[in-house]
Amino acid sequence: MVGFIIRRIAWAIPTLAFVSFIAFFIIQLPPGDYVTAYAAQLKHSGEYLSPDQEELLRQQFGLDQPIFIQYLDWIGNILLHGDFGRSLEWNANVSDLIWDRLGLTLAISTLSMIFTWAIAIPIGVYSATRQYSFFDYVFTIFGFVGKGIPEFMLALVLMWLGFVYFNFDVGGLFSAEYATAPWSYDRVIDMLKHLWVPVVVLATGGAAGLIRVMRANMLDEMGKPYVETAYAQGLSERQVIWHYPVRVALNPFISTVGWALPALFSGDIIAAVVLNLPTTGPLLLKALQMQDMYLAGSFILILSVFTVVGTLLSDILLAWSDPRIRYG
Amino acid sequence: MSTLASTAPEDVRQEERLYTAKPWTLIWWRFRKHKLAVASLVLLILSYSGALFADFVSPYRPFDIEKLQTFVPPQSVHLFSANGFEGPFVYGLKRSRDPDTARVIYATDETRIIPVRFFVEGPEYDFLGLIPTKLHLFGLDDPKQKLNLLGTDALGRDLFTRLMYGARVTLSAGLVGVSFSFLLGLGLGAISGYYGGMLDTSIQRLMEFIRSIPTIPLWMGLAAAVPIAWDPLYVYVLITVILSLIGWTYLARVVRGRFLALRNEDYVMAARLSGASEFRIITKHMLPAMTSYIIAALTLAVPEMILGETALSFLGLGLRPPVVSWGVLLQDAQNLRSIALAPWLLLPGVAVVIIVLAFNFLGDGLRDAADPYGR
Repeated sequence: MVGFIIRRIAWAIPTLAFVSFIAFFIIQLPPGDYVTAYAAQLKHSGEYLSPDQEELLRQQFGLDQPIFIQYLDWIGNILLHGDFGRSLEWNANVSDLIWDRLGLTLAISTLSMIFTWAIAIPIGVYSATRQYSFFDYVFTIFGFVGKGIPEFMLALVLMWLGFVYFNFDVGGLFSAEYATAPWSYDRVIDMLKHLWVPVVVLATGGAAGLIRVMRANMLDEMGKPYVETAYAQGLSERQVIWHYPVRVALNPFISTVGWALPALFSGDIIAAVVLNLPTTGPLLLKALQMQDMYLAGSFILILSVFTVVGTLLSDILLAWSDPRIRYG
Repeated sequence: MSTLASTAPEDVRQEERLYTAKPWTLIWWRFRKHKLAVASLVLLILSYSGALFADFVSPYRPFDIEKLQTFVPPQSVHLFSANGFEGPFVYGLKRSRDPDTARVIYATDETRIIPVRFFVEGPEYDFLGLIPTKLHLFGLDDPKQKLNLLGTDALGRDLFTRLMYGARVTLSAGLVGVSFSFLLGLGLGAISGYYGGMLDTSIQRLMEFIRSIPTIPLWMGLAAAVPIAWDPLYVYVLITVILSLIGWTYLARVVRGRFLALRNEDYVMAARLSGASEFRIITKHMLPAMTSYIIAALTLAVPEMILGETALSFLGLGLRPPVVSWGVLLQDAQNLRSIALAPWLLLPGVAVVIIVLAFNFLGDGLRDAADPYGR
């Protein structure tokens, strides 16, 4: 087990390096560089940078170096000093801007994932044990429709329904009076009141897919001899189902936790823009629109790192739950 | 006993037909059983031909602005009026302003019956970009009256017309994106599955790397770097390339899996022993055996591209006006105020959902039918 974990962590390192390179590549993509953008920003406020000054700044920031050295500089600053560079748009250090929002994104994604599982597993088991029943058909339809609806569409429709029929603004994560207040018990309660909308929006798509997977797995497992043996030994229906086939059918769930994370982050970004949530989505979008590349690159880097770590955790979890994989 | 004797030859003939049928016939027979998939196929064919002949099918042009027809709600087509059957017609609209909010409101005027005609003259356009004509599939006789099946937007442009024109961009973006990822996925998947070894491992690692990046942030990052001032056609191509950068991994996995399974088949061995070149073995012997799988995988990959284009354009990072795509149309429905005022602006989103579902059902049906010799 320890050997497996070490091997797996060793694999994660090149992945992380690759991911950081992609993020840096995205920072470099737009024409011009940091100094060009900075000069344009100064010009906007009436100041002026001579070409010599620009050159000096470039030397100071190391932008005249080859691209590979620049990459090492950038990643070195992040790893050694936790310095992600500066956001031009906000005129602040990137690291001051992102952690609050990342925390909220992580909280919403985690909650959505728990919610997804809480819906998908019981429904999947129900659908499989009562195949072709009325509710099985209902859940099948839900599964297909849920997979087809993009997150932002669901968010828009929920917002519209909430507004028209309940006269209730579902946007945002806090009521107006708590928006900028420091964290307190009341603020958390207020957040929970708003939180269900994004959680429902994000969980629907994932749950729809997982119900299908769970149902198919359960149907595969239920025909196997060990289930029959369990019945023959006189165990109750509940014991047979939940102690035997469900445990095996859950394997693919655990192995896809890692994939569920990027999907949730992706979904969160669009849903958050629509619902006006103070998470990473709107800030990343704004950063990309303003070509505030250090901010955007940092977001992409950190979201990707979360994903890689999530995949790592799910692999370890899977190896722990299924010994065959450790020695595979 | 007598009934059995009379049905037996029929059964035998059926069975003979089953044994002599060509693989594609078998696939078609199996596919036909999947009713939902067949219905989806019909719907998709209709949508794509609607998109192709958008200028003929839609009664107006996508950029025709009507100042006095802003935010008209969808009009319903009636067949019966108070005087009985009239053929298809719509009621006239009365435009007035709400005395309190000064908002424009429309009331149907049940005394004015405007018949809907087929093959009427409307605004001029070039049919398929070639033949100048004025003929439209349907419309109203009186050019002063407008027929807005799905309502109009803030500038009084007909949403149905824009939806049909947008379908051209959105639906084709799905196909173009899939063909890009098809090239990448087929090439790399084939190499990976056929040669195996180090090459396989490194391609597999590359695919894992790509899958480990959250899709939307990566798409957004790349799409944001597309210069705003570019020609819309370049932007369109670039966006589809960006979408396919991630989509190919799924295809490559399917292709690789099939190659691994086929590599050890006897007929491949026979081809190798009789001195066929590797290129010939791959293209002539192995690829045809997996065509049906590839088509199924391609079909399942299209909706992801369509969703991607819609999401990017919706966020303002993909295609931008004046290009009309479903994502661009949905930009109008971005905030609560406009949705509350004109909920029909969400209809392009409904169109996206329907098309995505249709592709999913079609893909499921094709996947089930892909192996006609299986169970």
